[in-house]
Amino acid sequence: MTEQEAITNEESEELRIGAFICECGVNIAGAVDCYAVADYISTLPNVVTAVVNKYTCSDAGQAEIKNAIKDLNLNRVLVASCTPKTHEPIFRACVEEAGLNQYLFEFVNIREHCSWIHMWEKEDATRKAKELVRMGVARAALLEPLESSEVPVTNKALVIGAGVTGMQAAMDIGDMGFKVYLVEQGPSIGGKMAQLDKTFPTNDCSICILGPKMVEVARNENIEIMSYSEVEEVDGYVGNFKVKVKHKPRYLNIDECTGCGLCTEKCPVEVPYTEFNEGIGTRKAIYTPFPQAVPLRALVDKSICIDCGACIKACERGAIDMDQTETFSELDVGVIVVTAGYDVYDPEPNHDFGFGFYDNVITTMEFERLINASGPTMGKVVRPSDVQPPKRIGFVQCVGSRDKNSNIYCSSFCCMASLKNAQLLKEKYPETEVYIMYMDMRTPFRMYEEFYNRARDMGIRFIRGRPAEVTENEDHNIIARIEDTLTNEIVNLELDLMVLSVGAVASESTETIRQILKVSKAADGFMMEAHPKLKPVDTTLDGIFIGGMTQGPKDIPYSISQGSACAARATRFLAQGKAMTEGITAKVDDDICVACGVCVPMCPFQALSIEDDKLKILTALCKGCGTCMAACPTGALDQSHFKNEQLLAQVKNVFAYGEV
Amino acid sequence: MSDFEPDILTFCCNWCSYAGADLAGVSRLQYPTNNRIIRVMCSSRVEPIHILEALKEGTDGILVTGCHIGDCHYIEGNIHTDERMKEIVDALEHLGLKDRLRLEWVSAAEGKKFQETITDFVEKIRALGPNPLKEKAKEE
Repeated sequence: MTEQEAITNEESEELRIGAFICECGVNIAGAVDCYAVADYISTLPNVVTAVVNKYTCSDAGQAEIKNAIKDLNLNRVLVASCTPKTHEPIFRACVEEAGLNQYLFEFVNIREHCSWIHMWEKEDATRKAKELVRMGVARAALLEPLESSEVPVTNKALVIGAGVTGMQAAMDIGDMGFKVYLVEQGPSIGGKMAQLDKTFPTNDCSICILGPKMVEVARNENIEIMSYSEVEEVDGYVGNFKVKVKHKPRYLNIDECTGCGLCTEKCPVEVPYTEFNEGIGTRKAIYTPFPQAVPLRALVDKSICIDCGACIKACERGAIDMDQTETFSELDVGVIVVTAGYDVYDPEPNHDFGFGFYDNVITTMEFERLINASGPTMGKVVRPSDVQPPKRIGFVQCVGSRDKNSNIYCSSFCCMASLKNAQLLKEKYPETEVYIMYMDMRTPFRMYEEFYNRARDMGIRFIRGRPAEVTENEDHNIIARIEDTLTNEIVNLELDLMVLSVGAVASESTETIRQILKVSKAADGFMMEAHPKLKPVDTTLDGIFIGGMTQGPKDIPYSISQGSACAARATRFLAQGKAMTEGITAKVDDDICVACGVCVPMCPFQALSIEDDKLKILTALCKGCGTCMAACPTGALDQSHFKNEQLLAQVKNVFAYGEV
Repeated sequence: MSDFEPDILTFCCNWCSYAGADLAGVSRLQYPTNNRIIRVMCSSRVEPIHILEALKEGTDGILVTGCHIGDCHYIEGNIHTDERMKEIVDALEHLGLKDRLRLEWVSAAEGKKFQETITDFVEKIRALGPNPLKEKAKEE
């Protein structure tokens, strides 16, 4: 018998609970009299010791727990400190090191749920802390040792979304020697960065630095790109996810197509719309997304195709297959990285700053395509109303950001994006008057403030204020009426073209994937990380990671860093080849169960079935939600670690009624 | 009963409202001290007996909180919670206790909503007065 079994398996042994009350500096002690809590707790049944620590999670605090387990022969440990969301694993590991089963540890939150929310009510906060710990003691007395099970990890990864963040994540995981499926809903990888003209603060051509990276991704032997595909279903748990991917029909055989473009040349259907150029310009019914696309393969837009067959005749390799239908793949992966990107804020519904009313009000993304040498105008900046070069251009900042009517958050990249676009204009057309209308210019990080200074030196005019009124005159020029808050003057600025510096919003695909995976949503609509500081790319779900714009607005270097961070965090599981699952699953008492089957349809994971008049639980499928046992009419089902008697002990011991 | 301070018990889902309560704490959003939290993995773990026992123990108000519909960590646990709570409320109506149970959806990002929910519920229960079973519970 191991030491651990000796401690935990003796049913007849007396209960010996050790309680450790953390002051967390003044975080808890500032509002809770921890010594009074310890004094009270030491009077409760089965409590052998109740001590106060300055910081229970520190080395010294943990050493005190371990010593007490040994010296006082503790068989239950309770820590009253912060949240189990961050600290439970630390204390569980601590008690395990001292030979106690980790499930014999009880956590009570007296910081987030007490001291921090009752900062100026010391008496009531102390009484509450006593009652919370009392509730914990009652539960601790009924805890039972459980075993976590080790599950093997499928040594493959899924990356959802092949923008620059997803590409980086996929390459890093691939370079570490693991197979990666890189699923992209669009026909090419590259994401939004592929559409940008130049990138701040160095003004490199975006596609010139991204293009080679895209080729590198395609060349990586461990990466399997699934373009024009969408994740439909995800099942399973860390190490063993089962993923269903839908491959949308391109109406051509991707292995035969060489991207030569002969089909596009012969196609007679041309529509005034392009996805890649933000709606500007035209494209054919059969087309390749853009010249640097990876994979460089065509696709057919069936909504406008007239089935004339010109492309079929033109294709020398017989690649075109108009009868293609959608197909599906089933993937087994151990970890999932979500880099599903963002959408730019759409000013159309609210007609922000006249967008949608006036032709010469456009968005930054449209501007990026206009000034891009491979864009619809070959890089010649013209205004929509008369296709003439504008002489006076204004950028309006914080459109869809820092605005109570749309999104309250700062999208972080737009100041720099407008500074960049303003500089490009000045370089290309030195005579152009360029204005930036802003609330605050935000330029943190290396070389960003210098970039701002450079823009000022180039003669770009900054007006601190945003247009209160936007109108159009007979020449289709935009008149922006602004209060310049630095000079206290009202300015009526006549512009030939006005560019709205639109912020980022969570993309529809981010929301779809979020719902499939059940990742939490932050208040701003983006996916939520497990911890804002300590776990910025983890989610609360083991084995699922988020990076780039999926997690919130950020610029390219930050996104790429998160891509690499996701890869590193995810690969830990792949490299170890195993993961631990919680032992908090459903249990059935066969003597009580009458095999009525009421619980079976309750389980969303198909872990329950009736076989030979008995309830069978597939523990590997059980995720420990507790839905089934709440439905059990006989009380035969129970959940380990959240047993009925444990929950009832909490319910019955919560309020001490004047005792404390 | 002007000095009556209600005893409130809140069941929190590990994935959403518990984290929402944590966020309220991290954000130092102050709310009344009347509330005590019991953590479960999913709001659907809460059984009628937990609520009835709590009332029997003299708890003045019980909040069951879970993920918004569509956001359940376990796909549809909160849908079962919703159905069960409606049935329990019906049963409590016969006992004159129905207003003492409330179901709310609070996400991990809704620290403010958690604060507002508790504050509002405490006020409602304060106005309602003590649980009639409280005196008996105190005697025992």
